[in-house]
Amino acid sequence: MSDMESAPSAPVTIAGMDEKLLAERRGTGSSTRRDVLFDVADLRVEYSGVAALKDVTLEIYKNHVTAFIGPSGCGKSTFIRCFNRMNDLIPTAAVDGRILYHGIDLYGPDVDSVEVRKRIGMVFQKPNPFPKSIYDNVAFGPRVLGWKKNLDERVEEALRHAALWDEVKNRLKASAYSLSGGQQQRLCIARCLAVEPDVLLMDEPASALDPISTTSIEDLMHELKREFTIVIVTHNMQQAARVADMTAFFSVEVDEERDHRTGILVEYDQTPTIFTNPSDKRTEDYVTGRFG
Amino acid sequence: MSVPEALGRRSQGDRVRGTAFYVLLLVSVTIGFLLLGVLLVDVFRKGIGYVDLTLLNEPNSSDPNKAGAGPAIRGTIYMMILLLVFVVPIGVGTALYLEEYANRERWYNRLLEINIQNLAAVPSIVYGILGLAFLVRGIGLGQVLLAGALILTLLVLPTVIVASREAIRAVPDSIRQGAYALGATQWQVVWRQVLPAAIPGIATGSILALARAIGETAPLLLVGALTYVAVNPTLLGSFTALPVQIYQWIARPQEEFRILAAAGIIVLLAILLTMNAFAIWLRNHYQRRW
Repeated sequence: MSDMESAPSAPVTIAGMDEKLLAERRGTGSSTRRDVLFDVADLRVEYSGVAALKDVTLEIYKNHVTAFIGPSGCGKSTFIRCFNRMNDLIPTAAVDGRILYHGIDLYGPDVDSVEVRKRIGMVFQKPNPFPKSIYDNVAFGPRVLGWKKNLDERVEEALRHAALWDEVKNRLKASAYSLSGGQQQRLCIARCLAVEPDVLLMDEPASALDPISTTSIEDLMHELKREFTIVIVTHNMQQAARVADMTAFFSVEVDEERDHRTGILVEYDQTPTIFTNPSDKRTEDYVTGRFG
Repeated sequence: MSVPEALGRRSQGDRVRGTAFYVLLLVSVTIGFLLLGVLLVDVFRKGIGYVDLTLLNEPNSSDPNKAGAGPAIRGTIYMMILLLVFVVPIGVGTALYLEEYANRERWYNRLLEINIQNLAAVPSIVYGILGLAFLVRGIGLGQVLLAGALILTLLVLPTVIVASREAIRAVPDSIRQGAYALGATQWQVVWRQVLPAAIPGIATGSILALARAIGETAPLLLVGALTYVAVNPTLLGSFTALPVQIYQWIARPQEEFRILAAAGIIVLLAILLTMNAFAIWLRNHYQRRW
């Protein structure tokens, strides 16, 4: 496990980022207990001119698990896709506002979205292994990045990290579709880890899985947050309570006249506070099950 | 013990309609099968005795006992190979552009799509006239094998594009998203994920399109598939093809040539069925379940 410790501390390079500036931002001088990794300000996302999410301002901390919870349509999935610029793939989507990553604007003019996605990995709601072997699934990321050396070792490390190695080590050439749903999702996590990301975004990673697989994914998150920063969207409040250090509650603002639904950030705090002592009435109603 | 009213049988009318519909379906199926069966049996009874090495190797002759379809068979096979080389890259390229790159909002992309759909419905004789006017005379290619292959390429291109697009569209978006999320570029996503996953569908569609082209006669007659070619066809030489040869034999007054035509049809059918069988095998063997 410890042989990958070098990965997260590898120098962060995003095309167009000023290395010196980066070093300053990450410097030990500003050693607050919680290091800010993402600094989001006044974020607004529109689809075809209709706001899906607006006025989001929050900070995401390094080596923390941050959960986004809220009712359907509150824009939490839209939000998480802003962090690795997956919304760029939707032609009608427009992102406005600011997301700083290590102090660099992710939507800045010189930033390459492909480089962003390399640093900020994503696991999707439904396991989506490629129609290839287990080995080729994990090796895909390193291969597209041109990392050809020690591919076998890299694949093994990633699978070990995702707690899948012992189950698949004797059938690496088997199709990824021969795995169970939970194994497939851990394979997707391993696939992300193989490109040595800084952050793992998880969009309802356990919602398509059975309880036992869910537990194994949650246990994995506890392990992984030592080395990575994890952001998770979940509609399962118990899951947020179990895994997250910080929780953001989103809600929907409905414009009856034009039939528009826009997500807003209601409250963001430490997870125990959100679940036991929320300051907003809407949060309290939601976490106590009176709404949604 | 009697069945309670609510669980009893449905009304007489409903059952009659159901049975009538089923019979109608059976009749439809039977008509198709019978026609094909009669055709096959008739052709085989007449022609099978003439399917021999003379037919497969020798050139045409005015003596039915010496006449063969050698140059025609080879002409057809060469044209198929050329066709494959031309049509697959262009067809798959167009399909990839339309599915993965084109912005549907743009008028020229929509125009392109409508165009392709309409092209698929153009009668083959029209392609023949185009070939005659543009390829044979316009750019002075002459009545050669290459002109025949090019015109068949145009003819089946829309079919290949449509089949390839469907295969590409069948690749789930989650695969593309997963690849993008790992830092792959669009080129890498298309080349390493979408295309390999779509290849079985593309191959099946292309083979079936090719099988259609193999039986085409009209456009080839127009670009000059001669009926008497004694030598093996070359790229820029005069040529003939199996369906053209069959057509010419049937038009002859002597009974022997009609039998020879039946033998030619058997060879053509054998090539066709082999291609279709290969397409089915490909589909079943590489079929993916997402």
